[in-house]
Amino acid sequence: MAQVTLDSVRKIYPNGVEAVSPASFNIPDGEFVVLVGPSGCGKSTLLRMIAGLEDITDGALSIGDRVVNTLDPADRDIAMVFQNYALYPHMTVRKNIAYGLKNRKTPKDIIAQKVDEAAKMLNLTDYLDRKPAQLSGGQRQRVAMGRAIVRDPALFLFDEPLSNLDAKLRNQMRIEIKALQRRLGVTSVYVTHDQVEAMTMADRIIVLNSGKIEQIGTPAEIYHNPASTFVASFMGAPPMNLVAGELDSGHLSFAGLSLPVHADHRGPVTMGVRPEDLVIDPDGQLHMEVELVEELGAHRLLHGMVDGQRLTVHLTKEIKAHTGPLRLSCHPDRLRLFHPETGKRMDAQMATQPRTQTESVAS
Amino acid sequence: MKRAGFDSRWLPILLLVPQLTIIAVFFYWPAVYALKSSFFLQDPFGFGQTFVGLENYTSLFDSSEYLKVANFTVLFTVLVTFFSLALALLLAVKADNVLRGAKTYRTLLMWVYAVAPPVAGFMGLLLFNQRWGPLMELFGHFGWEFEMGADYSDTAFAMIMISIWKQVPVNFIFFLSGLQAIPKAVREAALIDNRSASGRFWDVTFPLLAPTGFFLLIINITYALFDTFGVIDTVVRGEPSNNPMTLVYKVYVDGFRGNDLGGSSAQSVILMVLVLALTVFQFRMVERRIHYT
Ligand SMILES: Nc1ncnc2c1ncn2[C@@H]1O[C@H](COP(=O)(O)OP(=O)(O)OP(=O)(O)O)[C@@H](O)[C@H]1O
Ligand SMILES: [Mg+2]
Repeated sequence: MAQVTLDSVRKIYPNGVEAVSPASFNIPDGEFVVLVGPSGCGKSTLLRMIAGLEDITDGALSIGDRVVNTLDPADRDIAMVFQNYALYPHMTVRKNIAYGLKNRKTPKDIIAQKVDEAAKMLNLTDYLDRKPAQLSGGQRQRVAMGRAIVRDPALFLFDEPLSNLDAKLRNQMRIEIKALQRRLGVTSVYVTHDQVEAMTMADRIIVLNSGKIEQIGTPAEIYHNPASTFVASFMGAPPMNLVAGELDSGHLSFAGLSLPVHADHRGPVTMGVRPEDLVIDPDGQLHMEVELVEELGAHRLLHGMVDGQRLTVHLTKEIKAHTGPLRLSCHPDRLRLFHPETGKRMDAQMATQPRTQTESVAS
Repeated sequence: MKRAGFDSRWLPILLLVPQLTIIAVFFYWPAVYALKSSFFLQDPFGFGQTFVGLENYTSLFDSSEYLKVANFTVLFTVLVTFFSLALALLLAVKADNVLRGAKTYRTLLMWVYAVAPPVAGFMGLLLFNQRWGPLMELFGHFGWEFEMGADYSDTAFAMIMISIWKQVPVNFIFFLSGLQAIPKAVREAALIDNRSASGRFWDVTFPLLAPTGFFLLIINITYALFDTFGVIDTVVRGEPSNNPMTLVYKVYVDGFRGNDLGGSSAQSVILMVLVLALTVFQFRMVERRIHYT
């Protein structure tokens, strides 16, 4: 087990694409970090550089206290789980799991014991003598996990390991992987484009956008205090509402809403509010025209327009809703302001509330 | 799977008739004819024939010359098959390392397939050209008076070399596409599991190439046994006297040069049995072979 440190790690492919702009962060020992971002943002590239499957163009990567830039993948003390499992099709499950140990000169009896343990842990005991082709997708996924855990590596790497599974299995495996990681305490880097996976599994999330790190933070920080409009709209389903508002000396105004605020910025701003932070309020200043009610069982989503801009409202199941006019209000604490051009979050203090509510303090 | 059916029993048979006719006329009829004439002794001038039973066969196996040719054929087949497969595999593995990702190179190398067999054979011959072949010069430097077509072992050497030379590109292409078909992630998983490149090759790459390799093994044995006729004919230049040759070439020499149709037919029948055995072996192996999915 080990910590992982990236110091300005950068990747430029031979064709000139800068897939990862200089990235620096530290993963403490035992932490589960999720790399998330849209397709093509460089998640896999970053992970593969850590694995040693891709050269590092610039910067230093250390695992434990060794700089591993030039080490072969086999010498980095890592284990990786691939999206399409990458099992050896000609080997039985047992041999698949044992292969990495065999090449590390582990004594035969220890290998047998570790394989049995891993198989038990992953419910694979009955399948040890089958070939991968004779297994279901979920079982193959488990074999790939088994191959990783028997090695007792310093670092687990996962590249979208669940994306080939159906929704039900994905939920189940998500929990299993997380529980396993907790139990083993191995530092892990997990790549996904699924923000639910990111939110539920991560100790910390790293959001990537076209090769650049947008934000690093705990799931709660990422969710409640997104560093940019990109993070705000990428994380959360439905995403944060982003609407155009106006800041002038000491006031933020949007539609009928006018709030006192301390901010240096003047002029147009992007205002963000999570759908569940909008509440129905007969005296509310926001007049929404509800166009669609989405019934989701445990809750409902209202979609509609406020002053020509689209908003989504999240309601718990007790609250009835129908299309037509509706009045809403929003706690000023819950508002986030972003720069209209750069999309970066702006430090702003809502004047109406005392500062005790730490959540609203932009970091 | 749903089976498409015919309403009438006769239609499918009718549709098969052209193909069956071709097979019958060009394959079965000559085969039956050869089988028949292998039991007769033909008059060299075409005046009738005498039934001699198995004598054509027994005299073959008593003939030290025939056994010598048979031995050479075995040696020739083993060497040609082994080296054309091994060299091609080596080249394919080297090329594959360079090719990962580089599509243009791959296309360029694939062209080899289109030009290879006839041109390669011709070039092989040029290399060994008695007057100005570059290899002659090379051998000369080592003091080796190379006499293709006159010295038994020199001729055998040239025959084997040219046959290998001609077959390597074909094998290369098959091995290369076999290698490229191995999923990238599987190789990468091996890269993490095993630090030794040769270990990865024998544990992962080679077994995954086995289906391609087995297919090529059969193709190459068949090639060495039968399709090297042209090479041999050019090398020995119709002077079979003291030169090495394979069984197939001997069928031609005895039948058309020696006018011994009976003996030549007996030899063909033996070769047919060999092909049959090879085919049965192949089907057995294909049935047993694991299909990776
Ligand atoms: N071998 C390569 N050569 C050149 N460019 C590449 C190569 N591999 C990836 N890229 C480019 O680098 C960028 C990042 O790719 P990467 O595979 O890391 O994305 P990703 O975030 O994993 O996406 P996805 O979610 O679709 O897997 C993309 O623009 C991609 O086109
Ligand atoms: Mg990817």
